[in-house]
Parts: sequence; C-alpha cells; structure tokens
Amino acid sequence: MMNENRGGPWGPSGDGGSGDGGGGPRNPWGQPPRKRRTPGVGANVGSIDDFLRRSREKFGGRFPHQEGRPYWLYGLGVFLLLWLLFTCFHLVGPQERGVVTLFGKYSRTVPSGIAMTLPLPIERLQKVDVGQIRTRDIGSPDASQENLILTGDQNIIDLAYSVRWTIRDPHLYLFQINDPEATIAEVAESAMRAVLATVSLDDAIGAGRSDIEQRVSIVMQQVLDRYGAGVRIEGIAIKQSDPPAAVNDAFKEVSAAQQEAQSYINQARAYAQQQTARAQGDAAAFDKVYAQYKLAPEVTRRRMYYETMERVLSKVDKTVIEAPGVTPYLPLPQVQRQPQEGAAR
Amino acid sequence: MSPSLRNPLLIAFIAIALLVLAGSTFASVPETKQAVVVRFGQPKRVINAYHPGVDFGRTGAGLIARWPFMEQIVWIDKRILSIKMERQQVLSTDQLRLQVDAFARYRIVDPLQMYVSAGTEDRVSDQLKPILGSAIRNELGKRPFAALLSPERGQLMANIQRALDRVARQYGAEIVDVRIKRADLPEGTPLDSAYGRMRTARQQEAGAIRAQGYKQAQIIRAEADAEAASTYAEAYGKDPDFYAFYRAMQSYETTFAPGENQGRSSIILSPDNQYLQEFKGKNR
Repeated sequence: MMNENRGGPWGPSGDGGSGDGGGGPRNPWGQPPRKRRTPGVGANVGSIDDFLRRSREKFGGRFPHQEGRPYWLYGLGVFLLLWLLFTCFHLVGPQERGVVTLFGKYSRTVPSGIAMTLPLPIERLQKVDVGQIRTRDIGSPDASQENLILTGDQNIIDLAYSVRWTIRDPHLYLFQINDPEATIAEVAESAMRAVLATVSLDDAIGAGRSDIEQRVSIVMQQVLDRYGAGVRIEGIAIKQSDPPAAVNDAFKEVSAAQQEAQSYINQARAYAQQQTARAQGDAAAFDKVYAQYKLAPEVTRRRMYYETMERVLSKVDKTVIEAPGVTPYLPLPQVQRQPQEGAAR
Repeated sequence: MSPSLRNPLLIAFIAIALLVLAGSTFASVPETKQAVVVRFGQPKRVINAYHPGVDFGRTGAGLIARWPFMEQIVWIDKRILSIKMERQQVLSTDQLRLQVDAFARYRIVDPLQMYVSAGTEDRVSDQLKPILGSAIRNELGKRPFAALLSPERGQLMANIQRALDRVARQYGAEIVDVRIKRADLPEGTPLDSAYGRMRTARQQEAGAIRAQGYKQAQIIRAEADAEAASTYAEAYGKDPDFYAFYRAMQSYETTFAPGENQGRSSIILSPDNQYLQEFKGKNR
C-alpha cells in the first residue's frame, strides 16, 4: 500500500499495466487500461467464437455461396481469362506462319501478325519459321575427316558441302515426315553420290562443280517433293572437293608437270623471238651493206676487206715468212705457249 | 448444415468423374497419327488412316469418340518413317567389295495389319532392316561394280524397293523410297589399290603433260629456226657471192678477235697472201 500511496496517482497506472487491476478503482487512469484490457481480451476470445459461429452461419445462412466463392472461384476466373488470353491470341512473327489445328486436324495456316484461334484444347497454333534459311553441313573441309565419294570413273574424291533449305509449306513440314532435318541430310547425301557417280573426277574437282551443285539441288527437290516434305532446297554449296589425302601428292605432281610444260614452252618462245629478231637484224644489216656494195662493187669489197683485216691482224701476233726457199723456223713452243697463257688467263 | 457442406465436394467429385469420362471418351487425333481403336484387345476400327493424295484438313483427324474404358486407342505414326540399315559389305560380280549404307522410307498404310503383325513402328523397322540389307546384297551381287556408278543404278534401286515393298506389305507398310546413301570401298586393300590406281593415273598424266610441253617447245623452236633461215635466204640470196665475202669478213673478226675467254691468236702469213700483195710492191 505504501508503495502504491507513494506512487501517487501514477503508481497504479504503472502497476496496472503490469500487475493486476487491484489498485485500479481508486484512480481515474487506472480504470481505462483495465477496462480496455478486459474488453480487449474479451474481444479476442469473443472474435474467435464469433468467427466460428459466423462461419457456421455463413455456410448455413443467408449468403453462403456469394461469400465462399471469391477466393477460389475468382482465382479460377482469372486463370481462365489468362488461359483464353494466351491461347486465343498469338503473335506470329514476320518470318513465321502459324499452323492451326482443330482437335489435331489441320485447319488453316495463318500469316504473320496477330492471329486468333479458339482456346487451347480446341485449337492449337504451331509457329513455323519460313524465312530462316537453314544450313546442313555434310563432310568437313577439315583434313582429319574425309567424306569419300566415288566418282563415275571409279576414282575417289573427298567432298564437303552444305545444303541450304527453307520451309515452303509449314503444314506439310509439320505433318508429313518424321524427322525432316535428318531426312534432308540423308537425301542430300544420296543425291550427291548419285550425281557424282555420273561425272568424272576432273569435273568434280574442277570445272563441273557448279553444274554438280545444280543437279544435286534438282534431284533433292524432286525426291523431297515426292515425299511431300514441304521443303524448298535453296542451294548446294560445295566447299571442298579434293582428291583424298593419300593421293594428293600425285595430284600435285600433275600440276607441277603443267608448270614445267609451260616453262618449256615459254623458253622456246623466248628462243624463237630471239632467233627471229636476230635473223631480221642480220638480214637488214646485210641489205644495207649490199645496197652500198651495189653502187661500187669493186671498191667497196676491197675497202671492207682491208678494214676487216686491219681490225683482225692488229690484235694478233703476226709472223711473216718471206723467202720462198727458206725453210721456215717456227718457234713452236712459243706459239703453243701463248694459247695456254691465254687459256690460263 | 451438413448436406450443404458435402455439396461442393460432391460437385467436385462429379466434375472430376465427368472429366475422366470425357477424357476416356473423346480424343483428338492429330494429323501425324493414325488411331486404331481396340476393344478388349480386339482392333475394331481405324481413324485417320492414310490415303494417298488426301490433303491435310480433309483427313480423318480431329475429335473422335469411343466407348469409355472399353476401348483403347493405339497410336500409329502416319508420317514417313525411316529405316537405317547397318553398313553392309557387298560383293559385286567382279569380286569388288563395297561398303554400302542405305536407307529406306516407309509409311504405314494399313494400321490394322501393322498392329496385328508387328504392334509398334519400331518393330516394323526392326523387321524390315535385315530384309533391306539382304535385298541390297542380292541386287548388287548380281551386277558389276560399275553398275553402281551408271544410269543402271535407278533400275537397281527400283528392284530393291520392289523386293522390300513385298515384305513391307505384310506389315501394313509401304516403301516410299530406297536410296543408297554411301557406297564406298572398304578400308585396307581395296581402298589402297584404288588409291594406287589413281596415283599411277596421275603420274601418267603428269608424264604426258611434260612430254606435250616438250613437244610444243621443240615445235616452236624449229618454227623459229625455219623462219630465221627463210629470212636469211631471202636477204642473202640476192648475191651469194657477196654474201660469202661479207660473211667471211664477219667470221674472221669473230674468230681472231681476242675475246673474253679466247686464247690469243698467232697468224703466220705467207707473202703471197692477198693482204700482203701491196706489201711486196710487186704490182706497182
């Protein structure tokens, strides 16, 4: 009590908060918390009871369905709405076509843009990219793996090529063939071999390549059309057509021989040009001299003789043996030595 | 109170039961499948069977109904399927060994027959595989190797296809196409001897090219010589006597001139030499 008294009017309120409401009645502040607390506790307990009661009332009462629906039925409604939104409207890209099936049965192909269908279990839309050019490589230019093919003349060639194709009829592409891509690769391989079996090795390596590409693409198109594949072959590109590595040296030898033959011919041409030019030059010089000679044959001949002799004899050793009766003594060692010196020089 | 609590559960139960019933009654048959409806293990009817030349959209695909629980649906592929053969060694009549890779394309055209005789597509494929192999061995074994690389090949493939098709019919399948994917010489001796042949052929070609080049070169030289000779003849023919003199002069100069690699010349002259005529003073 002393504590309570000393505490004055604040004490009970402070204690009232933590303790019981014993001192409460004296104080005007003491009461509200107690009052507040009692209804508070009462309210909590009461609200659970209330809830149970009320919920019982709800199911059996006036608005059982209107009150119970919102949570799961609204969810269902939103779900259905979204479902409709996502399965009825389709954005078909600019390169795409949409193939619509009604319970699995082909119904129509829709162009690019926004397409509308019935919702999913009824109608289904599959998008197919018809703009994209797909490429399938067969063989590789890599030396480690060879894609050997027999040519018509029973030679062997190492070939790498690629097939470019697009989807022409989306619904045929989807429905007609089990594995279209593998089919295209196999058809390409068989068509390429069929065509190569009709050309020679030289054609396959060299000039006939574009012709081969075209023929393969025609054959492939025919075969795939017979399957009804809905595919268009855009083209074949031969990336590499070489003799196999094992015989490559022999092929290089041929090109070396070609170079060699060409160089023979070039040398001969050079020789021919020289010969002709020289003959023409000599003939022209002779003609000039002859024209002079014609004017005064005797004098010209003599002049040329002496001039030439002068030039010749001035540069050589001369020995003149005059007397006809004298046995000429030739200094043979000297005559012989001189050429040797000359040779040694 | 209590019936109202049971109500939604009942509704749910009924809904689920209806869904199950609908699910086992209705089925949508896609364009890519044929459906065999089987009642107590007994095939009853075929839906969306393949008929040649029928466009998609006009086929039997779509929503179908059947007796729930009594009838099951067996799905069979309607598309073109493939059989890939294992690589085969084939011996041609000219005793050349070949390794052949082939593939066949087939379609199940009689699903009922196929269901009864094979059951699944895979088993059809398994059954046809060895037959494809033996058909190829038989046909290629009757022909020389070169037939594979000739227009005869088309006939060959047609024969193989016919042989295979006869068997495939028993499984309710139709062969669409048979093609040889690869026909290679096996590794080892056959391939090596082919390489050897190619190599010698090339060497021969190289030799021929060289000889041709040499031949052409010789012809070019000879033609040039002939042309030069005719040029000379035309010029010198005007006066053979003067040419003899003129050429002799040139020749002396070349012969006796001390050139680079020539020895020195010594000339012994007789006084009777024409050059020394005047030297003697005789004529004057």
